[in-house]
Amino acid sequence: MDIFVQQIINGLVLGSIYALVALGYTMVYGIMGLINFAHGEVVMIGAMVALFVIKALPGLPAFVTIPLALAAAAGVCMAVGFTIERVAYRPLRRAPKLAPLITAIGVSIILQNLAMLIWGRNYHAFPPILPTSDHEIFGATITSLQVVIIVVAAVMMAGLTLLVQRTRLGRAMRATSENPPIAQLMGVNINQIISATFVIGSALAAVAGLMVSANYSIAHYYMGFMLGLKAFTAAVLGGIGNLAGAMLGGLLLGIIEALGAGYIGDLTGGFLGSHYQDIFAFFVLIGVLIFRPSGLIGERVAERA
Amino acid sequence: MYTPRISSMTLAIAAAVALMGCSQKEEPKAAAPAAAPAPAAAPAAPAPKPEITVKIGHVAPLTGPQAHLGKDNENAARMAIDELNTKGIEIGGAKVKLELVPEDDQADPKQGTIVAQKLVDAKVNGVVGHLNSGTTIPASKLYFDAGIPQISGSATNPKYTQQGFATAFRVMANDVQQGKVLGEYAAKQMAGKTVAIIDDRTAYGQGLADEFEKGAIAAGAKIATREFTNDKATDFAAILTKIKSKKADVIFYGGMDAQGGPMTKQMKSLGIKAKFLTGDGGCTPEYIKLAGAASEGQYCSLPGVPLEQMPGGKAFNDAFSAKYGQIQLYAPYVYDAVMVMVDSMKRANSAEPAKYLPEIGKTDYQGVTAKIQFDEKGDLKGGAISLYQVKDGKWEYRETVAGAPAAPAAEAPKAEGEKK
Repeated sequence: MDIFVQQIINGLVLGSIYALVALGYTMVYGIMGLINFAHGEVVMIGAMVALFVIKALPGLPAFVTIPLALAAAAGVCMAVGFTIERVAYRPLRRAPKLAPLITAIGVSIILQNLAMLIWGRNYHAFPPILPTSDHEIFGATITSLQVVIIVVAAVMMAGLTLLVQRTRLGRAMRATSENPPIAQLMGVNINQIISATFVIGSALAAVAGLMVSANYSIAHYYMGFMLGLKAFTAAVLGGIGNLAGAMLGGLLLGIIEALGAGYIGDLTGGFLGSHYQDIFAFFVLIGVLIFRPSGLIGERVAERA
Repeated sequence: MYTPRISSMTLAIAAAVALMGCSQKEEPKAAAPAAAPAPAAAPAAPAPKPEITVKIGHVAPLTGPQAHLGKDNENAARMAIDELNTKGIEIGGAKVKLELVPEDDQADPKQGTIVAQKLVDAKVNGVVGHLNSGTTIPASKLYFDAGIPQISGSATNPKYTQQGFATAFRVMANDVQQGKVLGEYAAKQMAGKTVAIIDDRTAYGQGLADEFEKGAIAAGAKIATREFTNDKATDFAAILTKIKSKKADVIFYGGMDAQGGPMTKQMKSLGIKAKFLTGDGGCTPEYIKLAGAASEGQYCSLPGVPLEQMPGGKAFNDAFSAKYGQIQLYAPYVYDAVMVMVDSMKRANSAEPAKYLPEIGKTDYQGVTAKIQFDEKGDLKGGAISLYQVKDGKWEYRETVAGAPAAPAAEAPKAEGEKK
């Protein structure tokens, strides 16, 4: 029983990260109907940039380097997101849905290989500048970093919701996602809004990237692939196109994975071991697509490409 | 200006995607034998000292989580070949120019066989490698069928030499010995009454963990649980949490440093007080970097004896570090493997695989890692295993347990555990 709480906590940390990344997927889908498979790679780029900024500034205290790294990572990611949208997706806006989908996969591969060229193939260790104190809570252990991750993710999600619900930009975004041509008639500059969506999603991705590399103390050019896939699953689980759905889906997926990996050995009597941890995300994806394609709190049916 | 040029765009991207292929890392396979199948070998005619090119293939993961180890191996092979070329060697009366044919197998068994076939087709004279047992074992069949001798400096899974291939050799002790020594060490010196075992389900990790389990049980420890992961994972919270609940004293990990490091770090984050023990895959400076402060006091094992204790060991370390930086793990073994291969060619007066293969079995060579002699299976005779512990951010030598007797003790595969 006492590991149940620990697994829940593990799941929450994992889930917070998934949620942040899923937001990027869901926003882009909501506005453009496009699944941006390159988003996982943007997370990876954020992680790498942040890691190298921190490595380039040894000796400075964490509360100086982290914000700097974050700013740099966010800047780079936003630029990357903006560029992807302009170069790869905008020309295909009127194309049948399959074309941008394939393009997204292509962009993902390009980014991975660019990262490999720039930063090499090795796994890079995250510099040990963060405090490693841990705390006991209900019999489980949680590190300060993990608390920070959960809190920051929550804050960012709240911030995004505020942005979308209460600001002009948010209103424009919601209008665009409902009906682009009419929104245009109402005076919304679609191109700008779409670019803004990508940029915001990429900024979130940068934060998520920093969290992932800090939490696992490792970053490498291939880390975005699996993470992107799972975050996408989380977005679908919650209802793609729906912000609250992405957050819910992310947290839920994290917890499912943590509990599943922890208990699968016991449940199947040792037949399936904990190295099947990844299958939960995919079982969830298949299950959701078969039984409830619109997701848990989705408002519209996910369009098949 | 907005007419979507879909067809050309999509075609271009589709072509790019197709080129990159589904197996993502279709990276530039380094210098694929551009020299094409010019089978060097065959000490040519007499009279004017003919020059022959002897090609030695080398395979290791040059991309992915173990890229640092693969590059380390390749550097060692290169160093050996450069040294020999500078010294100038003759085989069978012909001047020899050694050429390294490096390949990347990404630590993936499927890629390993593809690359092996490539080397076989290029008619190399011998192969040093691969790095991982998981790739070495399937590739060894290809080399055996082609009659190309293969010496591995790091594949420790017992199966490699148990297949009965006359072309398979290794210059370090195998996991039967390593697992047994580790098991006993965990139960006795580390006072582990309950031991948890994690492995990465590769041929190496799983094999070592199995042997470890046998050794630990024989030495009186109880196995708390066996968990699994894979060689690309980074998140171990779930399995470590489970282990925490079983209250193990010792956690053994059969796998490489790219997982062992983060695993140790997450162990500490979860507040697990158990000690961490790993095999040769984790015995690297990279492990300490990845685990950070959590690495302090953890243990690992490495076949052989520390580099400083071997004749020529320190010289090798200095020369290698000057050229390529700190030794990661298997560099000394690979260096020895190349030397043994060329030494066998010299003794056979031929670089032809068929001719010098029998000579390998008769090797009696003082390498930087050990006095190298092979038994009838191709295993190193009398391998010893050394244990190390992290102290002040580097691996410190603790003790050596002699493996199977029979051969002169100082089999000292070097432990790289070198200091920064």
